[in-house]
Amino acid sequence: MKKIVSFILLLSMLACSAVLLPSCSVNDNIDESALRGKYTRDLEGTTLNVFNWGENISDGSEGSLSVVKAFEKVTGIKVNYTTYDDNETMYGKLNSGAVSYDVIIPSDYMIERLIEEGLVQKMDMSKITNYQYIDNKYKGMYYDENEEYSVPYTVGLVGLIYNTTMVEGTPDSWGIMWDEKYSGQILTFNNSRDAFGVAQYYLGLDVNSLDKADWDKAAAKLKEQSPLLQARVMDQVFQKMEGGNAAIAPYYAGDFLTMQSNNPDLEMVYPKEGTNIFVDAMCIPSNSKNVEAAHMFINFMLEEEVALANAETICYASPNTLVTENDEYSLKGNKYLYPSDEVIENAQYFHNIDPEVRSYFEKLWDEVTLN
Amino acid sequence: MNKAVAEKKSFAGVITNAPYFLWAAIFIVVPLFVVVYYAFTDDTGAFTWGNITDLGDYADTFLISVLYSVIATVITLVIAYPFAYFLSKCKASSQKIQMMLVMLPMWMSLLIRTYSLTQLIESNGIINSIITSWGLEPLEMINTPGAVIMGMVYNYLPYMILPIYTAISKIHPSLLEAAEDLGCNGFNKIRRLVMPMSMPGVVSGIIMVFVPSVSTFYISQKLGGTIRLVGDVIETQMKNSKYHIGASMSLVLMVFILISLAIMNKFSDDDGGMIV
Repeated sequence: MKKIVSFILLLSMLACSAVLLPSCSVNDNIDESALRGKYTRDLEGTTLNVFNWGENISDGSEGSLSVVKAFEKVTGIKVNYTTYDDNETMYGKLNSGAVSYDVIIPSDYMIERLIEEGLVQKMDMSKITNYQYIDNKYKGMYYDENEEYSVPYTVGLVGLIYNTTMVEGTPDSWGIMWDEKYSGQILTFNNSRDAFGVAQYYLGLDVNSLDKADWDKAAAKLKEQSPLLQARVMDQVFQKMEGGNAAIAPYYAGDFLTMQSNNPDLEMVYPKEGTNIFVDAMCIPSNSKNVEAAHMFINFMLEEEVALANAETICYASPNTLVTENDEYSLKGNKYLYPSDEVIENAQYFHNIDPEVRSYFEKLWDEVTLN
Repeated sequence: MNKAVAEKKSFAGVITNAPYFLWAAIFIVVPLFVVVYYAFTDDTGAFTWGNITDLGDYADTFLISVLYSVIATVITLVIAYPFAYFLSKCKASSQKIQMMLVMLPMWMSLLIRTYSLTQLIESNGIINSIITSWGLEPLEMINTPGAVIMGMVYNYLPYMILPIYTAISKIHPSLLEAAEDLGCNGFNKIRRLVMPMSMPGVVSGIIMVFVPSVSTFYISQKLGGTIRLVGDVIETQMKNSKYHIGASMSLVLMVFILISLAIMNKFSDDDGGMIV
């Protein structure tokens, strides 16, 4: 009996490994002629530490281009690629000084904080020749007005996602998140800033207000919402919305496309009260040990073929005109990713908030979320 | 013990134990001190009781966490004890297979097991789609306290079965025969012989289910909707770089668990003390 069981186990393990092995070969075939000899191999053998969001790069899955492998092939630099789940985790690691990174990709408000605290360094923009292709809309952003510290990588918006079979008509306001008709069917963010945001847009408040009374108002609104909520989620939103387990959820537009491809009943709107827009941009930390290679990598990320592969994989809007004006780009002009200028102008950026106000609203958030 | 033996023991002991002491120091003692340090300091590093007194706001969360895990522990015990008892009465060959079946789910990650559970009990999940196909009203299962407790029971049941089964199967058959010879039969035999002798296993089981239940955060996040347990709150505090309040919550939770363990050990003999 025992022998038979072990034999079956062994067989199934072998079968599994046979299935898994072929997927090990990775696509690093980049058209090097298009790079026009811009990348020297002077730094061959050095190491570059890249710290990026999870699932925020074309990684060679499903036959796509592996950007990291292609960069290694072109430059001979070894890339040590690691990921994080949120800005705060990234900040914690960077600030602890325990590890040094050469390229990081934080969001706007975090870049503002990193610049303020001197944790990122000025770049030599003359080395990033592809910077010229960045859409003017995303140059000289509030966090880096002189275009010295950051190169935009992705742009995202928060939209109101709903299931057309469960919601009547087409919602156009965040007010639906307080509609008792959908009690138990509503999801919201499980992070304070985004969840507060929804209440703030709805009440017409400034998301970066330094007036504690504004935060009190938003918190009161959120408490009103608590009994109607099914859950506060982040990644779980995919399973909940795709499976038709909830009717309404605010989430990032790029992720909505993934959800919609799995459940065509889902729709998304940008509510009239406005929403949140964010830019993630590439920066070089102050304690980078390979600044030269970091510039090379950032420039490489803006190359047409690379940026296109990234934009197709990540499904967020690209600030790179080489992508947005490219006919091969399957999401070119997509109405969810690239909404009208009106929506974008009506949207608010999160700024880095004064620590005292931040701990004040974190405290309020505790009150809102505790049972 | 004479002097020579004692000296010899200590010399050999130092050599062989050094790596373990080092390990314990780096990965147990130092982190504990870090937790204690953060729990009693503020952002400037000055001593404060503030983090502990602030915990008053979280009293309800602590209570709910304890309540849920106590209920989960009781349910696992009620399920596991008869199972372990009847298992020990099975044929030796079938015992092995059944034990393997109990262990099998533990070879998978807790995350995967819990996530699969959400697929089962979602409002549009597998169970509800079967129920509705029979023309019945769908059940409201996920995002309820019941779902969280069920998640705890499901995930930690093997940890209750194993020690109880081990304790019961260690009881020598001659003791049971003797009891029968002396006229102690049926339920009396279980109550007066098996139960007391398996107490160490029960205590270990309770500890091994209660401790991870009271500090869990993944199970409540996936199955509990807006329900937040202590583990969830600690996780959020740490994510928001509020290490001081997070550390003080962890410390209080640790002290609470230690006290519960001490109380539990009162109910067991020396064998049961192995966990602490």
